[in-house]
Amino acid sequence: MHASADALALIIDAPLSAAKASAANMPNPKQKSVHLQDVTFRWVARFFAFMVLAILLGIIASLVHGSLPAIERFGFGFLASTEWNPVTESFGALVPIVGTLLTSAIALAIGVPVSFGIALFLTELSPAWLKRPLGTAIELLAAIPSIIYGMWGLFVLTPLFADHLQPWLIHTLGASPLIGPLFKGPPQGIGVLTAGFVLAVMVIPFIASVMRDVFEVVPPVLKESAYGIGCTTWEVVWNIVLPYTKVGVIGGIMLGLGRALGETMAVTFLIGNAHRLSPSILAPGNSIASALANEFTEAVGDLYSSALIELGLILFLITFVVLGLAKLLLLQLGRREGLRT
Amino acid sequence: MAVVLFSPKALQMNSKRYMTGFLAAAALSLGISAHATDITGAGATFPYPIYAKWAEAYRAKTGVGMNYQSIGSGGGIKQIQNKTVDFGASDMPLKPEELDKDGLLQFPTVIGGDVPVVNLEGVKPGELKLTGPVLADIYLGKITKWNDPAIAKLNGGAKLPDSEITVVHRSDGSGTTFIWVNYLSKISPEWKSKVGEGTSVAWPTGVGGKGNEGVASYVQRVKGAIGYVEYAYALQNKMTYAQLQNRDGSFVSPSAETFKEAAAGADWNKAPGYYLVLTDQPGKNAWPISGATFILMYKTQGKPDTAREVLKFFDWAYSQDGDNLAASLDYVPLPDVVTSQIRNTWKSQIKDASGKAVY
Repeated sequence: MHASADALALIIDAPLSAAKASAANMPNPKQKSVHLQDVTFRWVARFFAFMVLAILLGIIASLVHGSLPAIERFGFGFLASTEWNPVTESFGALVPIVGTLLTSAIALAIGVPVSFGIALFLTELSPAWLKRPLGTAIELLAAIPSIIYGMWGLFVLTPLFADHLQPWLIHTLGASPLIGPLFKGPPQGIGVLTAGFVLAVMVIPFIASVMRDVFEVVPPVLKESAYGIGCTTWEVVWNIVLPYTKVGVIGGIMLGLGRALGETMAVTFLIGNAHRLSPSILAPGNSIASALANEFTEAVGDLYSSALIELGLILFLITFVVLGLAKLLLLQLGRREGLRT
Repeated sequence: MAVVLFSPKALQMNSKRYMTGFLAAAALSLGISAHATDITGAGATFPYPIYAKWAEAYRAKTGVGMNYQSIGSGGGIKQIQNKTVDFGASDMPLKPEELDKDGLLQFPTVIGGDVPVVNLEGVKPGELKLTGPVLADIYLGKITKWNDPAIAKLNGGAKLPDSEITVVHRSDGSGTTFIWVNYLSKISPEWKSKVGEGTSVAWPTGVGGKGNEGVASYVQRVKGAIGYVEYAYALQNKMTYAQLQNRDGSFVSPSAETFKEAAAGADWNKAPGYYLVLTDQPGKNAWPISGATFILMYKTQGKPDTAREVLKFFDWAYSQDGDNLAASLDYVPLPDVVTSQIRNTWKSQIKDASGKAVY
């Protein structure tokens, strides 16, 4: 992908530098105005690009400034404390951090395989007449506002989970020795698992449509060669398509993860909004975005609002770290590839 | 008490109430340019429907508009402290020392309160009986099953299921929560020392729903759930409420009469700054979890003309016309003894910069 981008830059740059050279040799008024346009355009584009950086820095600065009272009061203990008591004004972020990461992890654990299947079907297996309607349907899913997913989760999914799935999970997996504690407690229907499941439904269209798009750019000659030497569809997808498109696939997963980490309304509806840490994923919990949405308007006192702003800062940092890790993963993959060939 | 349109039922039931509010707000925004004397307020969401209705009727009568933004009690307090509005509104009364610090005056407008609601198969509204201590133990997580002997004793004969109790509370800060935990603190020393009171607290157990709508939909969806919602909300959505034992020992159901009796027994005279939460009040038929919603104004007014308009507005709101409108939306108007006392407070305490009474 990088190589092709560089090549593109070369192609664009070539006539430009040629134009520059000729402009230097013989000053032509027409060429001069073109040159001016070009310079202006470059500066405007540069301005917009740097504006993104400035906004990013501005957000970080104001978040840090807003959370200073809480940082001074609680220090690093804020990250490790499970307490969240507005009455005694003692706050800790562990419960919402765990809730955010756990719901996103559940969302990806369910969402990624399903999205992969959808993309695989659309690019390799689907009859031609079905491709367009199915593809459009998935893109439409991405356009549904999150509050609709939240309401669907609450009205449809919660009773189903409470009456059928969760009692079953408690009786089967809940009794097993190692992962048993993950599936204990009364089947309320509301909780981390339900929130994660709805998040999965919400991220599937994002991941699936990106995966489909990148699967489609795999050169047919590669796939045809593989089929030609007798590979099955699965072997083609696993050994040819996926390695060729890994950057795009990971990008799509990150896009979905970004949405899952920051999702507010749907999670608020379903997670149970309880500031308690529980080993069970059936129990209610809290996420950072949902705590902010619930409590910000009525947060009385400087320390309370400051603690909430610090939660916002932490969410920002989590997103940052996740993106960093994704980049690292890509580098790692690239290095291994070099070794293999 | 943020208004999140949560369940379709709630949406339908409340739409009339809020629609009047929206229409009033629309009418107000149209009228703002025409009247220089329009007054502005911001704060609590619980009284928003009645404030909007009052504003609509008052404008039709006098031509003076009232623009009220329901941004939440915390926001209302911040706005009046920044003097961006003519009055603030809060469901939680400020303590007299907090009022003095900012030079604020506080007075109640209408009475409301909390109702415990349950989701138990076969239990109809008003059939379940609970007491304050039992309620506190449920919310402390000490009573976890519906067939607990403490509940069974109160409901002799009724067969309650051997199912877990799911406690539902508010996830957002709220005046409804404040009244609820204030009552639990008065009833249970353990609650007072372990949890305390405030618009949001560290709940020992349970799940949190956003707004009355959020609590109501959790209670309706989780079997064996118990929650608390604001009285008018429970009434309009025909929720399964429980009877409560009051201070005099009798079991009462939430109704306009029982709320009125709770307010009648209150001695506002002895409450400086009207700091009084109407929980656990004496009276044979008094509903134990009642409370009023409050208005905040500066004692020394830089703009006496606007302040006079504000006071005239609330003076009218306390009249028979205002009371009827309040009752039509299931709010409980203040008794006349209390309103005449409030009028006296206005006369004696709200002054302009030169010390002359505004009202």
